[in-house]
Amino acid sequence: MELNMPEQQTTDAAAEKGGCATGSCGSSEDQMSHLSEEIRLKVQNHPCYSEEAHHYFARMHVAVAPACNIQCHYCNRKYDCANESRPGVVSEVLTPDEAVLKTKAVAANIPQMTVLGIAGPGDPLANPERTFETFRRLSAEAPDIKLCVSTNGLALPDCVDELAKHNIDHVTITINTVDPEIGAQIYPWIFWEDKRIRGAEGAKILIEQQQKGLQMLVDRGILVKVNSVMIPGVNDKHLQEVSKIVKEKGAFLHNVMPLIAEAEHGTFYGVMGQRGPSAKELQDLQDACSGDMNMMRHCRQCRADAVGLLGEDRGSEFTLDKIAEMNIDYDAAMVKRAKVHTAIQAELDAKVASRPEIVPIKTDKVYRPVLMAIATTGGGVINQHFGHAREFLIYEGSTEGVRFISHRKVEDLYCEGGDTCGDGETVLQGIIRVLEGCEVVLCSKIGYEPWSELEAAGIQPNGEHAMETIEEAVMAVFTEMLENGKLDDVSKDEEIKATA
Amino acid sequence: MSLEIIESCVNCWACEPLCPNDAIYEAAPNFLIDPVKCTECEGDFDEPQCATICPIEGAILDAAGEEYNPPGSLTGIPPETMAAAMAEIQAR
Repeated sequence: MELNMPEQQTTDAAAEKGGCATGSCGSSEDQMSHLSEEIRLKVQNHPCYSEEAHHYFARMHVAVAPACNIQCHYCNRKYDCANESRPGVVSEVLTPDEAVLKTKAVAANIPQMTVLGIAGPGDPLANPERTFETFRRLSAEAPDIKLCVSTNGLALPDCVDELAKHNIDHVTITINTVDPEIGAQIYPWIFWEDKRIRGAEGAKILIEQQQKGLQMLVDRGILVKVNSVMIPGVNDKHLQEVSKIVKEKGAFLHNVMPLIAEAEHGTFYGVMGQRGPSAKELQDLQDACSGDMNMMRHCRQCRADAVGLLGEDRGSEFTLDKIAEMNIDYDAAMVKRAKVHTAIQAELDAKVASRPEIVPIKTDKVYRPVLMAIATTGGGVINQHFGHAREFLIYEGSTEGVRFISHRKVEDLYCEGGDTCGDGETVLQGIIRVLEGCEVVLCSKIGYEPWSELEAAGIQPNGEHAMETIEEAVMAVFTEMLENGKLDDVSKDEEIKATA
Repeated sequence: MSLEIIESCVNCWACEPLCPNDAIYEAAPNFLIDPVKCTECEGDFDEPQCATICPIEGAILDAAGEEYNPPGSLTGIPPETMAAAMAEIQAR
């Protein structure tokens, strides 16, 4: 039911600098630069792995896998909503034939599309015939597309040989726990050997299959990413142990995602009032895990039929009736696609080569790091009006340099108020809540009213660095704060806690 | 002796490959069970396979017309909690 994909550029210039030091990979310092050269080559062009690359390369999911073999408390199998963007939700289940047609149509029309994933809306490996028929045909008919798949892992050990046959170099397993007792609070049942097995007994089997499948994939040299859903009070503390274990087993990346739970989704967690984590709780857990594991920081939690760049969905342009009217000459499309990919690569290379170097500040004194929220439409520069931002990228400035932390979505930006809003929070108050923990907002422009409210909330708006690269601006603002003595005090966290 | 799939089925295909009698077929608006072929899995499995993998409460009825998986049995959501949540959403 979920999936992530596409990635970034590994370039000679980047390699010489010891990984994509900053910038284009945003997230690179945390996730990509620690990877071996071999793995980086495998995942390049994969937009899901890089905050920057996803502005250039696109991915798509085809919803060929409706059946599932387990129930998760964050999922409602009565999926179908055109207006929601979250894993497990689709509008149209496709046959393998339709999926191949759609994939070629998208690849021809969006030549930046490099990766095709199967992620649901059920579990791809609980639909082995439909999933593998799609992979088989795409490997043969569209060999320039990378394939990936995500699974709950229950059927994974039985599918590893088949997975190894296709153009799949990367599998995502959702592992929320390694403890059957915790598992019983997440998975009410699994379907296993002709029976519905409930509670810890079922969870134990699922966990064993996940771990076995992970090992088998690693043994065959297939990259494994692990997704975990962070569920406060259920597995939040436990996920650090999960991170450690999957790293030891050989997973190359861990993606901790926040639980999405609203009563209107009809999921167990939604209806029972289980809350998701705050942005700060999520970041604290990701930071705690990052000592053991490469962490993924910018997953957008796509729908199982998402099409386009991360965070956008062009699926409505490629419905079956629209595809039927397109006449796709895929051989011609491949020629065009190769040209587009080469051009993107050249652009990214040039960008990496011209990237300013961020110099750490040498000091014996301890200064606290500062979180800053960035309004950007991409390209690694601060170029968006505060009021237009649908999400903010969160960067941390410290004496050691600049690192990408996460993205945070602004909910209900275009909310029209009234009956659907519920708690009467204004959009701006919502943004301020989303930006919890940030001390600065960098944007191209900002209105007077939000300026005052942000300032009152302890977040300093700053429009002085418009059109500058994010890293340079974050470092400049951090340095200025340091020089003005604003970072001498105890950590702001502790200060907030003390006054709370 | 036959199970029945009713309209709350979400057409997820999970049951179709499990049927030992090939009694389940795709139809509109939802999958159906051929009552002539269905044996409720007797002689093949301890439990009817379609009803054992089906994720939707109430979507499969037994021979007596009773819900094989009654409300709350699969999601773990107590029916009264679900009803209260839905009423609250409706009232917004």
